[in-house]
Amino acid sequence: MNEKDENILASRPEQIRYAAILEKGMYLGLLVLLITFVIYVFGIMKPYIPKDKIPTYWTMGVHDYLHHAQIKPGWSWLGMLKYADFLNFIGIAILSGVTTICFVAVIPVFLRNNDRLYAVFASLEAAILCVAASGLLSVGH
Amino acid sequence: MSKQSKPWLASVLLFFGLFSLTQPAMAEQLANGAGPGASSAGTWWFWPLLLLAITFLMGIFAVLGGVGGGVLFVPIISGFFPFHLDFVRGTGLLVALSGALAAGPGLLKMNLASLRLAIPVALIASTCAIAGAMIGLALPTHIVQICLGATIIGICALMLVSKKSEFPEVPKADRLSSALRIYGIYQEVSTGQSVEWKIHRTPLGLGLFILVGIMAGMFGLGAGWANVPVLNLMMGAPLKISVATSKFLLSITDTSAAWVYFNQGCVIPLMMVPSVVGIMLGSFVGVRLLAMAKPAIIRWIVIAILAFAGVKALTKGLGIG
Repeated sequence: MNEKDENILASRPEQIRYAAILEKGMYLGLLVLLITFVIYVFGIMKPYIPKDKIPTYWTMGVHDYLHHAQIKPGWSWLGMLKYADFLNFIGIAILSGVTTICFVAVIPVFLRNNDRLYAVFASLEAAILCVAASGLLSVGH
Repeated sequence: MSKQSKPWLASVLLFFGLFSLTQPAMAEQLANGAGPGASSAGTWWFWPLLLLAITFLMGIFAVLGGVGGGVLFVPIISGFFPFHLDFVRGTGLLVALSGALAAGPGLLKMNLASLRLAIPVALIASTCAIAGAMIGLALPTHIVQICLGATIIGICALMLVSKKSEFPEVPKADRLSSALRIYGIYQEVSTGQSVEWKIHRTPLGLGLFILVGIMAGMFGLGAGWANVPVLNLMMGAPLKISVATSKFLLSITDTSAAWVYFNQGCVIPLMMVPSVVGIMLGSFVGVRLLAMAKPAIIRWIVIAILAFAGVKALTKGLGIG
């Protein structure tokens, strides 16, 4: 295959940037998730809910669970990181947040290529994911 | 029977063995106090461990059956494990998300997943997935369970009737896809040929993603089962581009819904981490078994398992299961 063919078949620059960030975020998130889970399961740090009480809670609906366990929804877990069970949420937040970072990162690439429409699309997608992550969208049974 | 068929046959037997184990094991755990509303000191590890084993096998079957992990996870775990549907859906989304995040970078680099195709679709699907997640969390559990059962049975029907087209004929790209410059080229490894592709019926395809997004968010299923037929059969993207873009798309759609479930408190690490690890390890093994497995048989088994889990969800929702 000659160089011209390889150029045609190569991914576009925004796609390469997106993939690179996604890959790093994914590995980081999984690593943090596994480390914090080991800390939790082997009792290296104290959990908020003792592990032997968890089977009591996972049979409840989420609203009953939050009420009985006295946990606030949304980002309140950030204030509970001294507990091993909430420490696991860091990895989950990284895995859930990396896509937003990817979209923000490709906006300048689209603009540089004079692709304003896709820059707007990427901005909108990042905004939608930020709204979802914000915890502003509350739900009640 | 050939030696080559033994590993996947062993997987099938192991799956059903562990599957049937959940029922007496559940009864025993309930008797010991690990069940609903009871505390069980010392046996907290039982369900996460069983979850790890079942999701490991699910990961194998997902690869061999050509389905995503989420679509197997939610109906099976909600039907046969003691966890509430709220936590199963939250975990199901994170399971599907992890798989999509793991596959996404490679698919983008290989130019099989198309960011240009995925972005407009993701805008619609992720917005609707948020709405779906909110609807799913607002509705009474038994209603969601009934809808889930009906959806799973519908997915089985879709898997039975839908035919895939490796290179769909697209005579002319439609105006919207041309304006958005949604087209591309990739190398078909099996032939060494460069394959140029374009799409058509874009407005209709994008419209269908409203429904796909809502269902993905509402049931925590992932949505590969719907993404691929829409991208491939409706919009005319080649099968490889459709499968890869669908997998990558899940990393965006499921992220938006996962945040809603996460912020509502629907994530319990003791459920989530073994499930993610189990599915991922199972997927690695599944990819290796793929070469020696008989996909047609596995596909039938997956459809049968899904149908069984769908009926279970339906009867559970109706209060007769």
